[in-house]
Amino acid sequence: MTSLPINPPKKKLGLVIDLDICVGCHACAVNCKEWNSGGHSAPMTDTEPYGADPTGVWFNRIHSFEVENEETGGRTVHFPKSCLHCDDAPCVTVCPTGASYKREEDGIVLVNADHCIGCKLCSWACPYGAREYDEDAGVMKKCTLCVDKIYNPNLPEESRVPACVSTCPAGARSFGDLGDPESDVSKLVAKRGGYDLMPEQECKPTNKYLPPRPKKLGEDRPVPELTPVADSSAGVIARWVDKFLSA
Amino acid sequence: MHPAKSVIFFTTASGAGYGLLALLIAGNILGIMPVDFWLAFTGYAVSYVLITGGLLSSTFHLGHPERAWRALTQWRSSWLSREGVMAILTFIPTGLYALHQLFFADILQGLMGIVGVVGIISCVITVYCTAMIYASLKPIHAWSNGYVPAGYLLLALMSGLVLLNGLLAVWGGTVALLQLVTLLILGLGVAWKVAYWRFLDSSQSISTPESATGLGEFGSVKLFEAPHTEANYLMKEMGFKIARKHAAKLRLITVVAAFALPFFLILISLMMGGVLSLIAVILAVLASVVGIVAERWLFFAEARHTVGLYYGASRA
Repeated sequence: MTSLPINPPKKKLGLVIDLDICVGCHACAVNCKEWNSGGHSAPMTDTEPYGADPTGVWFNRIHSFEVENEETGGRTVHFPKSCLHCDDAPCVTVCPTGASYKREEDGIVLVNADHCIGCKLCSWACPYGAREYDEDAGVMKKCTLCVDKIYNPNLPEESRVPACVSTCPAGARSFGDLGDPESDVSKLVAKRGGYDLMPEQECKPTNKYLPPRPKKLGEDRPVPELTPVADSSAGVIARWVDKFLSA
Repeated sequence: MHPAKSVIFFTTASGAGYGLLALLIAGNILGIMPVDFWLAFTGYAVSYVLITGGLLSSTFHLGHPERAWRALTQWRSSWLSREGVMAILTFIPTGLYALHQLFFADILQGLMGIVGVVGIISCVITVYCTAMIYASLKPIHAWSNGYVPAGYLLLALMSGLVLLNGLLAVWGGTVALLQLVTLLILGLGVAWKVAYWRFLDSSQSISTPESATGLGEFGSVKLFEAPHTEANYLMKEMGFKIARKHAAKLRLITVVAAFALPFFLILISLMMGGVLSLIAVILAVLASVVGIVAERWLFFAEARHTVGLYYGASRA
């Protein structure tokens, strides 16, 4: 059923991505690929991985943006992007087959690969580019929020988070229930002014981004006068050479 | 947006097919067309070949064509599904009407008139559903507007009329009224297309690189480094750029082949008679095919998707 859940999910699992912390190392994308190559939507097909034009399916990609500002100077912001698991997910409602769906229990948006006809319309409907077509399997693929990891009873409790979150060496990614205002992630979003990407597209994304903190600009301190560090205790020959050559 | 050949063929062929089908039924109900078995037979045959060919071709670009039947299930939310359902339902009243007109024209005339009207309405709704597949996609500014459904309906009617003129000329019975209507609709068509292009050139998506990243409060945003060195699916499917390079030439080809040439050729056929009229109308049909395909190719290729904002586009 590709209508959105009649009762909007109370639990809204999602990610909070701190753009102030992300260093753009791509580890989250790599670990995403590694976990999901054996996960719910496996395989994440690569075509020509060692050829001249390698291409393949990724659920998470890291862009880097340059933000230019005359007054405060430029800054570089590393920007990981994966499915935002929207409340009003257009990728779900456009699906003609019912393969694309949003889970009522936790709001995760998934694709049933056995029903998908590979018409690609969901990738057109998503403003964020969260869905990618697998040429080999002929179906659409997308971030599953590691649905096969976060509920996996065989894993230790602390590992039951999406692969991108558990691998981030900088701690830029948090995972939790954004439908619960008392959750750690919701508090983090409230404290840091977390925001939606492209709110004007009216998809109501679950994932939130935390803005980079204001740049700390140094005070204008007077620059000390430069004084010669060499003294004039050079030897006779050196002074003679210097005098001869300077003439 | 990447202009997939199968989708271009589907939208143009089925559009023309539904246009012709609706016109054949309307022409017969109103009694403005010559009563001729072979005219009606070839007319309905051409309509159904175009419609069925278009529908079949639309399944060619699917990853799993064998599952295409599943696309009929989600009509509550999906315009693509509604289009599929309506396309199949339309076969019923139009098919019954066509069979009646061809083989049982002297019985149940009142009832079949109603069936015919239902068939015409079904054709209109089906073309509207096709248009709404595109018009309902908010990330694509070029599609998500009122010009799109109006244009699909207008161009379906227009290409149906040009085809009908061709058929009438072949069977030796051109109808002046229909030729005048065709000229009017060709005029409306070019006015609509020019208005659409002006809209496209003078407006852009409400989304920007700033809103896409949420970094607007810090300054102007541009891509510094893409996520990878090679093009990915998103860039190939959504970031198609070839047409934009030749947009001015392609627009000229569209105006000349889809609108201007058919207009003057049908005008010639209206004023002349005999073989010259026949040749003019056949040429009009051929020009129209080229023009409508160019128009549809541009419709896809000129459309920008918001995902481009994450890959270096300054606007969408």
